[in-house]
Amino acid sequence: MKTLNFRVILFAFALIFGVVFSIPSLTQSESGKKITLGLDLQGGLHMLLGIKSEIAIESRIKSMAASVKYIFDDEEIIFDALRMVDGEQITFELLDADEVAKAKALLEKELEGTVVINNGLKFSVAMTEAEVERTKQNAIQQAVDTIRNRLNEFGLAEPTVAKQGEDKILVEVPGIKTQEDEQRIRELIARAAHLQLMAVDEDRNIRVNTMSMAEAKSYGDVILPDVNTGEKYLLRAIPVLDGSMLTDAKVGFDENNQPVINFTLNGQGAKIFGDFTGVSVGKRMAVVLDNKVYSAPVINERIGGGRVQISGRFELSEAHDLAIALRSGALLAPVYVMEKRSVGPSLGADSIKASSIALVLGFILVVIFMVVYYGMAGVIANVALIGNLFLILAIMSLFGATLTLPGMAGIVLTVGMAVDANVIISERIRELLHEGKSIAKSIENGYSNAFTAIWDANVTTLIAATVLYAYGTGAIKGFALTMSIGIMASMLTAIVGTHGIYQWILPKIEKNKLGLWFGIKTEGAK
Amino acid sequence: MEIFKYKKPLSLMDKSKRFGLLSVTLLILSLGLMIGKGFNYGIDFAGGTLIQVQYEGKAPIEKVREAIDSDASYEGATVTFFGSEDEVVIRTKTSSKALGVDVGDQIRALLQGTGDFEVRRVDMVGAKVGSELREKGLMAMVLAIIGILIYVSFRFEWRFAVASVMALMHDVTIAMGMIVLFNVEVNLDILAALLTILGYSLNDTIIVFDRIREGIRTIKDPDLGAIIDESVTRTLSRTTLTSLTTFFVVLTLYLFGGEIINGFSFTLLVGVIVGTYSSIFVASPILMWLGFSVGGFREKEAEKLKREKEKEKMRAMYENGTL
Repeated sequence: MKTLNFRVILFAFALIFGVVFSIPSLTQSESGKKITLGLDLQGGLHMLLGIKSEIAIESRIKSMAASVKYIFDDEEIIFDALRMVDGEQITFELLDADEVAKAKALLEKELEGTVVINNGLKFSVAMTEAEVERTKQNAIQQAVDTIRNRLNEFGLAEPTVAKQGEDKILVEVPGIKTQEDEQRIRELIARAAHLQLMAVDEDRNIRVNTMSMAEAKSYGDVILPDVNTGEKYLLRAIPVLDGSMLTDAKVGFDENNQPVINFTLNGQGAKIFGDFTGVSVGKRMAVVLDNKVYSAPVINERIGGGRVQISGRFELSEAHDLAIALRSGALLAPVYVMEKRSVGPSLGADSIKASSIALVLGFILVVIFMVVYYGMAGVIANVALIGNLFLILAIMSLFGATLTLPGMAGIVLTVGMAVDANVIISERIRELLHEGKSIAKSIENGYSNAFTAIWDANVTTLIAATVLYAYGTGAIKGFALTMSIGIMASMLTAIVGTHGIYQWILPKIEKNKLGLWFGIKTEGAK
Repeated sequence: MEIFKYKKPLSLMDKSKRFGLLSVTLLILSLGLMIGKGFNYGIDFAGGTLIQVQYEGKAPIEKVREAIDSDASYEGATVTFFGSEDEVVIRTKTSSKALGVDVGDQIRALLQGTGDFEVRRVDMVGAKVGSELREKGLMAMVLAIIGILIYVSFRFEWRFAVASVMALMHDVTIAMGMIVLFNVEVNLDILAALLTILGYSLNDTIIVFDRIREGIRTIKDPDLGAIIDESVTRTLSRTTLTSLTTFFVVLTLYLFGGEIINGFSFTLLVGVIVGTYSSIFVASPILMWLGFSVGGFREKEAEKLKREKEKEKMRAMYENGTL
């Protein structure tokens, strides 16, 4: 027998590589790199979120207005008619013409990323294009981080949160078992978690039910409802504290064994809170979350140490989710759903089952067909086909690629198409045998004649697959990936692998058994 | 076993007018369907919500319809069986942006009391995302075709590239016509199927063209028609066999792959058939029709060969230090 040639050795290596690296995925073992199942196969929640970045910009403008007021009050510059225009800029008028230059210099020094324009005494301050863009990007990055923190703390297996494109957030949470869980997750993500501690305006609160919003505003107050009873409270609009001074939030239980949320304030917050409660004994302080009053206890004594409790007739799970949201911080701008796909675990399992059946059946059909049509040449092609399947699995495992339903379809399709190269080669070999060439020559020329066709055909298909990968989303990407890997693997197994096998076993192939070896009658051989 | 044993070239070129007529008719019908009836865009492209509900036992579809109709905001929602009698799919144009409560939750609430059910899938796509996906899909198609044009022009000749792309468009158009005819819901996976047809049919065509390219070099007869007949006949067994194996697996996928993958496998099934037909009967006549000249190609090839030989000579001289 002829010694082993480099093609067989290479193919054997590829085969071993394929088998070794696909074992973790096939056995679902704990160790080793595995193919991840896509959400459509294992069940889960996929969401594409948009962000209302204009809200983040608006609040930037608001804080700019507050800064202008602070700076001018500090320097005793007198101004009037401070307004926000279209949520894009602020305008005001100075009263003293002598202070125009000073005011302008001051604003330009203190306010970063803004353009200050004045027309005599009339001033307008707007954000620069770059600053608007930076604020948007900041809002989206902050949202990505916040949502990721929240989901991680919720304790789910491997949630993905990533920025997608310019202004979208992709959230993928596998392994959600029930619709209730899904709803909880959606609520957790959506929660702005904007916490405020606000003083109740005790002098006027008695009239709150008859008071208009405008009147409340004129006193510097706001009217907010109770989360459970809907009862209204008149609160001082400027909060005592907000969530930015919070360091921790945990679920606890009160004396009636009701769930509550305990939170801890940082040093500055603790001091403000201590001072405030010290001077407000006998008055009420409202705990406000996302513009709803959760509780408004009467202050009995000065509270030091910065520990505060929210009670609000919570369900335990609700308290738990709220604590997570508070810990991970507020969203700078609200998010909304652009696309949502949720697949129940049973549907995913059904999909795997159905496409596996199709894969196995299709595979068996192709294998039988090849043997019937080509004889031993078909068997060799089938060895390549099996090697091909293992290689696809191995490469996908190593890349940690995600297998989706279209991806499974891609593998099924690859099985059908993978034999193509072998068919081309076998047909070429048969042709040459019919012409009366020797077996060795037929095999060698068969391979070299078939090569350009296989190469050109596969490269063009790869071009299509690459475009699909670049432009596709989610499941489509998975399909393009499996197809590309399949094409490359089939080129290796068919062109190198089977060629090597033929060279290796050539001495065994006997001329008078062409029917057995290549499925043709021997009349061609001279 | 040998089914397509080569004896003598089939006279395909003589019959090319007939196949041309058939193709043009199919194309016109397909275009007519696309313009007249239009695609049945699924939620991926049109936006909206799809809810798949599985009941224990036969789904009470009338009750489900009543329950959905009781809410005015779901006007125009459709309820259909999905795969089996146990499952229904509810499609509505409504999509909600709110994270807290979405259409899926609302419909689940409406269905309370229609029996024991499990919501297996909720897909919601906003209108903006839908139009973005559609644009991206079209873009992918165009880019793939440009890439193919460039590669084939480089490897073969521009007329081969144009002919293969025309054959591709022929296949994809007819597949789209069938999608409209059978009212298949067009979603992202259908787009993937169409792009696969692109790849598959191209694969077929390129292999035939490769043989024609080879034929031009080896066959003495300078008549392109004869070369094409010979080459197509020579590749006929391969074309049919590969199509057959692919057809087997796509068919098993269609029959056993489950309802979700049905549209995808249907599209592929059509694609395999049309792709095979076009690479045998359509692609090569286009080549002829484009005025491909065997003599010209041979001259160019000879020149290329000459240049290569000269280069080799130069290299040899350089390596031998005689330059």
